Amino acid sequence: MTATESRTDSAGKTRRPLPWPVRFYQSDVGKKYVMAITGIVGLGFIVFHMLGNLHAFEGARQLNEYAEGLRDIGEPIAPRTLLVWIGRIGLLVALVLHVHSAYTLTRSNRRARGSSGYEGDRTYLAANYASRTMGWTGVIILLFLVWHLADLTIGVELANPDFARGEVYANLIASLERWPVFLLYVGAQGALALHIWHGAWSLFQSIGVNNPRFNHWRANFATTLATIIAVGYLTVPFSIMFGIIH
Amino acid sequence: MDVKLRVWRQNGPTNDGAFKEYAARGISPEASFLEMLDIVNEELTAAGEEPIAFDHDCREGICGTCGLMINGQPHGPQQGTATCQLHMRKFSDGATIVIEPWRAAAFPVVKDLVVDRSAFDRIIEAGGYISVATGSAPDANLIPVPKDAAEASMDAAACIGCGACVASCPNSAAQLFTAAKMAHLNLLPQGQPERFLRAIAMVDVMEEYFGSCTNHGECETACPKGISIDYIAHMNRDYLRGQLANSRLAGQRG
Repeated sequence: MTATESRTDSAGKTRRPLPWPVRFYQSDVGKKYVMAITGIVGLGFIVFHMLGNLHAFEGARQLNEYAEGLRDIGEPIAPRTLLVWIGRIGLLVALVLHVHSAYTLTRSNRRARGSSGYEGDRTYLAANYASRTMGWTGVIILLFLVWHLADLTIGVELANPDFARGEVYANLIASLERWPVFLLYVGAQGALALHIWHGAWSLFQSIGVNNPRFNHWRANFATTLATIIAVGYLTVPFSIMFGIIH
Repeated sequence: MDVKLRVWRQNGPTNDGAFKEYAARGISPEASFLEMLDIVNEELTAAGEEPIAFDHDCREGICGTCGLMINGQPHGPQQGTATCQLHMRKFSDGATIVIEPWRAAAFPVVKDLVVDRSAFDRIIEAGGYISVATGSAPDANLIPVPKDAAEASMDAAACIGCGACVASCPNSAAQLFTAAKMAHLNLLPQGQPERFLRAIAMVDVMEEYFGSCTNHGECETACPKGISIDYIAHMNRDYLRGQLANSRLAGQRG
């Protein structure tokens, strides 16, 4: 066994090794670490976003002030909106890495499976609906994200004609009062809950956190987190539909 | 008992395969699954047909040679055993049994139900050993090993390399095999000098042939030795630590 400290190119010349993060990311195990860590970043965002949403129950002024307050984070040390932009760019980088590693891993898995699948029916004993549909729930979440940003962050004319910048509460109600948007929102939250239910357990395995003493906590953690997130996010659209928030 | 078989027949690696139906009549419920195939093969031979090719050797669940996909489950409906330890009493009279080879790009079909698993040998060659002069057997308990570590190492060493983990995995990943073969050395003092080199070398070769782990856990239920996916997490951790390790300190316990 030898450590590969150098590599040779196609012309047979010895090249300096690739920088460590690149080399690590080239391996499938490395990509799974990246998926897990960017997933943790995403989970952090999702939890804080959910807590922020709950300001809707306090009323229009409080929700709008909270939203505006996000731009003031870091003041007076950092310039206004600097930290929120660093956060946005960080989240975008995490998202791109998460999707890229998922895409490349899926492709390499298909290659490993080969063209000939089982002709008879497979009987799955351990794999559940959530683990089997990670790719699809991921795509649903990604497409919803594009819609959601167009609808309530950027305010694209096509998505939300009544959008007014800074009027978070009014925008929210104008958008979610529409039945198709409400159903889309609920469906996307279902996909998110399934994605988290498997992901929040799976990430522990991917980053090698495994101790028989605490292993049963991992699945409970994922179930609890997925439930809290689903319930937390769904309170707002249902409250709008039932006229509790108006 | 009588059963109907739907068996994958394929003449050679480059031929197209297809299912063929056979009737197995008057089989004793006490017959093993492979004995049932032997009986069918004797009838095929007597009728002048080509018998069904399948891998088998010890027929007591320790060699890892046999391995069939039976009704969509590796090694059949009984958990914790290899195909050779499965008996016909597990099936009901008149049942139809679908028998396929392991399916994975790295396990090409040689003939009928026999697949080439030499990709596993490449992984072992990469690091599934320790580099020491063996000499005569050392005295027992010469190197102290904590009881729990010895047990964990032995649990991993139970792997017979049958390939059920790959066969059951939707990604055709060999993580459970590689992790078990790595862990039974990496958990013991004798495995420490090469621990992180081993982790990198075995994972790198594994990834040339097999898919990645999406933590379905199918391999764990398919494994005739019940090897836990805990070892996959250990492997992932050792791989990261190997990537970060200062190789000049490789002789020290990390």
